[in-house]
Amino acid sequence: INAEYGGHTKFIEASMVVYSLYVISKSGGLIYQQDYDNIPRLGMNERILLGSTFHGLHAITSNLSPVSGSSGIELLETDTFKLHCYQTPTGIKFYLIAEPSHPDLFQTLLSIYKCYTDFVLKNPFYELDQPIRCELFDVELEKLLSSSPPSVK
Amino acid sequence: DRVSTQSTGVHLYCVFRTDRSARIRRERMIFNFYIFSRNGTCLYYEEWNIPKEGRTPKAIQEEQKLMFGLLYSLRGFITKTSPKPCETFTYYKTSRYKLHYLETPTGLKFVLNTDKDAPTMTDELKKLHQEYYVEYALKNPLYKLGEPLGACEGFNSRVINFLTSHPEFKRRVVH
Repeated sequence: INAEYGGHTKFIEASMVVYSLYVISKSGGLIYQQDYDNIPRLGMNERILLGSTFHGLHAITSNLSPVSGSSGIELLETDTFKLHCYQTPTGIKFYLIAEPSHPDLFQTLLSIYKCYTDFVLKNPFYELDQPIRCELFDVELEKLLSSSPPSVK
Repeated sequence: DRVSTQSTGVHLYCVFRTDRSARIRRERMIFNFYIFSRNGTCLYYEEWNIPKEGRTPKAIQEEQKLMFGLLYSLRGFITKTSPKPCETFTYYKTSRYKLHYLETPTGLKFVLNTDKDAPTMTDELKKLHQEYYVEYALKNPLYKLGEPLGACEGFNSRVINFLTSHPEFKRRVVH
C-alpha cells in the first residue's frame, strides 16, 4: 500500500504486524519475552504465567489427539490474533502472537530459532534453560520482527 | 532417471518422475464431535475413523473431561493474550489434527476434530447449533436442558447423517 504522507511516500506493509514473541524452556519456564508493537503491556508475572499456561496447553493438545503422534498446538486462530508456535527438537517452544490476517509465520519462527542458536547458544556466558539476556539476540530479533515501516526518501 | 534406447538410429529419452509427493494420498477425515454444556457436562459425543484399541467408555469419559478442561484453560489464556478484548477462538491446528470450536452466547461449546488440512468448519458448527440443536433439542418438549442429547432421537440421527455425509468426512485426496 502506497500512502501519500505530506509529500513523501511510505510503503506500509498491511497485516505484517507481529505483536509479541515468547520463548519457553523445556521445563515450561518463560526464558524470553518481547513485544514488537503497541499492545497493552502485561506485568512480568502475568507473562510468566501465560508462558507456563501455554506449555501445559501445548502438552494437553498433543495428548488429546484423535490420532497418535500429534504435536501440540502449531497454530491458533481467533478473531483478534493468530498464534504460531514452533517446538524445536530439543523441546524449546517459540511462539508468536500476530495479526489474524498475517500469512504463515513458520519461516519467521525458523529464522528466530536460527538467531537463538547463533546469539544465545553460542554465547559462552549463557546457561541453558536460564532467562535469555543476550544483547545481540535482542538486536537481531528487533531487525527481524519490528514492524516499523522502512521509509522511502 | 533417464533411460535412453536406441531404435533405428533414434534416441529415445524417457524421463521418469520420481517426485514422491505426487503420489501421497491424504485422507480427509472428521474424527469426533463434542457438545459441552456451560458447566462441563458432555451432552453429546460421537466418533468416527478412530482406531478402537484401548478405548473403553471410561477412557472416553476421561478424555471428555480433559477436553473441557483444555477449552476452559484456552479461554483464559486467550482472554489474557489477546491485544484486543477476545474470549474465544475459531480453531487450532497441530501436526496431525485440527480442532474447530464454536461457543454460543448461552455457554454451549461445540467441538469438531478433523484432519489438519480441513477447511474452516465454522459454518458447519453454526448449522449444527441453529438447525439441529435449536430445532430438534431445544424445541423438543420432551428434552430437558442439561441432559445428554444421545437419547434425543431426532437430533442424534440428523447430526450423524449430516456429519457422515459431509464431503470432508472420509475421502482420499491425491495431490
